Amino acid sequence: MHPIETFKGKPIALPIKDIDTDQIIPARFLKTIDKQGLGKNLFNDWRYLEDGSPNPDFLLNQPRAEGAAILIAGDNFGCGSSREHAPWALMGFGFQAVISTSFADIFQGNCLKNGLLPIVLDETIHAELLQAAAGDEPIKLEVDLPNQVVRLPDGRTAAFPIDEFSKKCLIAGVDQLGYLQEQAAAVSAYEAGHMERVSTG
Amino acid sequence: MTQPKTLFEKIWDEHVVVHESGSPAVLYIDLHLIHEVTSPQAFQGLRNRGLKVRRPDHTQATMDHSIPTTDRTLPILDPIAAKQIDQLRINCKEFGVPLEDLGSEDQGIVHVIGPELGLTQPGMTVVCGDSHTSTHGAFGALAFGIGTTEVEHVLATQCLLQNKPRTCEVRFDGTLPKGVGAKDLILALIAQISVGGGTGQVLEYTGEAIRALSMEGRMTVCNMSIEGGARAGMIAPDDTTFEYLAGRPKAPYGTAWDSAVARWRQLPTDEGAAYDKSISIDVSNLEPMITYGTNPGMGVRVTQPVPDPADAGANSESIRKALDYMALEAGKPLLGHPIDVVFIGSCTNSRISDLREAAAVLKGRKVSPNVRVMVVPGSEKIKKQAEAENLPEIFRAAGAEWREAGCSMCIAMNGDQLSPGQYCVSTSNRNFEGRQGKGGRTFLASPVTAAASAVAGAVADARTLMN
Repeated sequence: MHPIETFKGKPIALPIKDIDTDQIIPARFLKTIDKQGLGKNLFNDWRYLEDGSPNPDFLLNQPRAEGAAILIAGDNFGCGSSREHAPWALMGFGFQAVISTSFADIFQGNCLKNGLLPIVLDETIHAELLQAAAGDEPIKLEVDLPNQVVRLPDGRTAAFPIDEFSKKCLIAGVDQLGYLQEQAAAVSAYEAGHMERVSTG
Repeated sequence: MTQPKTLFEKIWDEHVVVHESGSPAVLYIDLHLIHEVTSPQAFQGLRNRGLKVRRPDHTQATMDHSIPTTDRTLPILDPIAAKQIDQLRINCKEFGVPLEDLGSEDQGIVHVIGPELGLTQPGMTVVCGDSHTSTHGAFGALAFGIGTTEVEHVLATQCLLQNKPRTCEVRFDGTLPKGVGAKDLILALIAQISVGGGTGQVLEYTGEAIRALSMEGRMTVCNMSIEGGARAGMIAPDDTTFEYLAGRPKAPYGTAWDSAVARWRQLPTDEGAAYDKSISIDVSNLEPMITYGTNPGMGVRVTQPVPDPADAGANSESIRKALDYMALEAGKPLLGHPIDVVFIGSCTNSRISDLREAAAVLKGRKVSPNVRVMVVPGSEKIKKQAEAENLPEIFRAAGAEWREAGCSMCIAMNGDQLSPGQYCVSTSNRNFEGRQGKGGRTFLASPVTAAASAVAGAVADARTLMN
């Protein structure tokens, strides 16, 4: 994983509530055994017409989406299936962060483990950013993870929460598995007392 | 005196290995279930790092998502699916993980076979790279879906890093009326709390109506907890739970069984234990439920008309968009709306009691000539049981297809899918756009509603066919 500290990126707005992971990446693309190559199927069924050509009405096919690094979406983004292919597809397209007013639990966890930053902002600033990102003039937002703020073009900042542990891992660019592996002795000690209480036949 | 605890807190506390300040808890996992779709990248991760599976004896794999539900002796036509299926075989062999392969008498949907084999037990932590892992909470286990990175974590360490969720008691009071079942109960809850209403919470289902449910019904309820956004759903174990588990291949037996039951009886929430939140619903006046929209929270009583977005406040835009996709008109009745397909199956409703209920409606009747009806049992064991009860004959005589066990048209990864524009009454769990095939339109409902709709060729109220 690449370390994340501060980055600037162009946001685009998808102001729809409850976008489920089946929309982010439809199930028929989950037959892959790789993590790579899913970006082309991100939002596949909204993005392509019956004949496979790009749907000109869909956000990702519009010139404003070129080089976009931040997706601003409606509330409860990433609900439904636990497929980690969803953050893989978003990152494959080039997104580094997703902004919403809330995320579904499993999706949020999956993002944090892949270095895609899920940013929860309050409704007022979220609504303002949705509008700004959809405007005629392209804007850039600065995401400052160490200080947990998004910097707006006019210099104002919007704070976002993130758990201390995930933040530390993202800034260091380290995988969370390392921490679990360090607990091996404690796990063995735990198992010694626990296993007699659990039987699997 | 010790602090009274909820069912969730008892299991959580029992499974915390380490909890350092500034880090999530390290939670021990008792049972890790695996399927072909969300595991290949995790096994590859182990390979890349030179790691082994720590507890293959607490891991169980099966194939369910990508597999055909037609003749399994024939080669799999989709080469990408075939490769994924082969990869699971290779991974299980290389890492020593037990696998219920195609052709095994215990193969089936992961959330059906775990309980069926007696692997799922009260008080356990259960995970799987699949959001419907919440199903196993029906046994008084803490069971939740995880992503593929976490699958790798559990394979390597048998542990997960978890922040403690909040708790919510969902109490169902009263007695379910005739023709109204577990599926209606959970659809009614999700319609009330919405698809994001349970986020960050573990729901514990309590109350008279839950106690009265069979284990199959309880699994249906817990299964769809995730559709309300909840981390997990749980039901305290009781005699119904123990009766279901007794004699299952992986359940304890002899004196170990007696001590297990004694331990399990300590699990229910203590008198006076506090939940972070509580909801109560009186089920006495419930009616059969059906969804009209594109998420499981968009549900109404089958007798109600399609809601008007104009009355939906903050949700009006979502509902407008959903009705557009579904090609439904606000204010029109759902009853009588023509359908093309009926799907009876999935980890929500493919168990023997579901099949019996559907068969009771279809017995001596014919499905509408305009409707394709697929009945897909949840496991090979259920298939055999149904055959022993002559259920396939009832389905076939009515004009329905009787197929092999798997996820099938719930997720439409295996070729079982809707064509664009088709309407399907489905006993599965998700009505998202394209979930059952690109452009397909899903009405989620119970097995009896699905069977009655198959006969009518349109959305129907099963109570009109019941004596």
